[in-house]
Amino acid sequence: MNEATPSLWPLLVYFFAVLLLVATMLGLSFILGQRRGNKATNMPFESGVLSVGSPQIHMSAEFYLIAIFFVIFDLETVFIFAWAVAFFELSWAGFIAISVFIFVLAVALIYELRSGALDWGLKTRTGLRQKGQR
Amino acid sequence: MSDLNTIIFGLVLIGGAVGGAAVLTWFERRLLGIWQDRLGPNRLGPFGILQVLADMLKLLSKDDWVPPFADKVVFVFAPTAIVVAMLLGFAVVPFSPDLMIIDINIGLLFFLGMTSLAVYSVLLGGLASNNKYALLGGLRSAAQMVSYEVFMGLSLMGVVMLSGSFSLRDIVEAQSDMWFFIPQFLGLYVFLIAGIAESHRLPFDLPEAEHELTAGFHTEYGGMKFAMFMLGEYLGLMLISCMIVTLFFGGWLGPWLPPVVWFFLKVFIVICFFILLRCAIPRPRYDQLMSLGWKYMLPLALLNLLVTGAIALSMEG
Repeated sequence: MNEATPSLWPLLVYFFAVLLLVATMLGLSFILGQRRGNKATNMPFESGVLSVGSPQIHMSAEFYLIAIFFVIFDLETVFIFAWAVAFFELSWAGFIAISVFIFVLAVALIYELRSGALDWGLKTRTGLRQKGQR
Repeated sequence: MSDLNTIIFGLVLIGGAVGGAAVLTWFERRLLGIWQDRLGPNRLGPFGILQVLADMLKLLSKDDWVPPFADKVVFVFAPTAIVVAMLLGFAVVPFSPDLMIIDINIGLLFFLGMTSLAVYSVLLGGLASNNKYALLGGLRSAAQMVSYEVFMGLSLMGVVMLSGSFSLRDIVEAQSDMWFFIPQFLGLYVFLIAGIAESHRLPFDLPEAEHELTAGFHTEYGGMKFAMFMLGEYLGLMLISCMIVTLFFGGWLGPWLPPVVWFFLKVFIVICFFILLRCAIPRPRYDQLMSLGWKYMLPLALLNLLVTGAIALSMEG
């Protein structure tokens, strides 16, 4: 491991150089870009059809489910990260502890699988899936 | 290396990464052309390499248009976020034993964090455009990236367990006996798939999905701002290739040749493999993509952890 803390200056300079590059790219295209104004330039693109209604449409509830699963399982990974980096120090005791932890998560995952929460676009979500249904 | 040398290297790296991404657009089209039994761009300059320059000039002279119906500040900010995040990710890549911008002891976490930031770019781009196609594409892409991010981190934990460190330099040095793709082949497989999905390359480019959403989240983008999304995507491809080489294929390690040459040789081969995937595998449906992630890849990543842990501890004791 590195005892001395690495100098942060190169990273800072690098960061500002990246920002400068991005600003230059945007600025150059602003200066060099042509200006046009046709009749339909300022309309939302919808494959040549006039736009109907607001673009703030209703979303499928499945996106919310994914967001919640993400919170659950991504928090879990934080604990696993902490275990992985001290893996050989913790030895079998740590391994058994993390096995129990992963087992609990596996149960949760199997429950989600069985209740059909992971089947994208499946319309019947009441209880377990019927036999013969995909 | 002294601070000044590292700073100079950083500036060279920015130029190299952006230039590399630009040349990669040409190289990919040529390679796809060869594999699909056609020519690809071959008119400008030797082998058509000046096509890159022509594309850049064209993109710079395009209308720098911000839609009047869009959320203007966010609309301009969105494409910059992906470029900045991906370029910052390169800061921790060890190109050779002392050729890296910063060697922090959480290098791997820094990389994961930077790739996660890319999701904001796509989601905000979709939301700010105020266009139905863009919104759908942005949402899809956010759900896809968020799902694949969960086990992207998990698939790398096997490597961390074997090397006992998050520092990328330590991880490469731990591979001097055996490259990690042998004990961690499951991890490599999961990381490869998660990497393609995170950088939304074909075959997992569902967010763009030109067959149903015209162009997904960048429907309303044009000119340089569109080019920045593409630049971010190609930088992401290069970053993922660099990480695969660092974590699984021994980074700079190799006989005879200098370390840097080995590193770039390996990265080049991995990039060619990604392009081969693009022309060999058809695009899945969105529900297939999501169920592949949650039903197969996540359990596989967890299984990999337990098996690696058990075998490593048995061999140790």
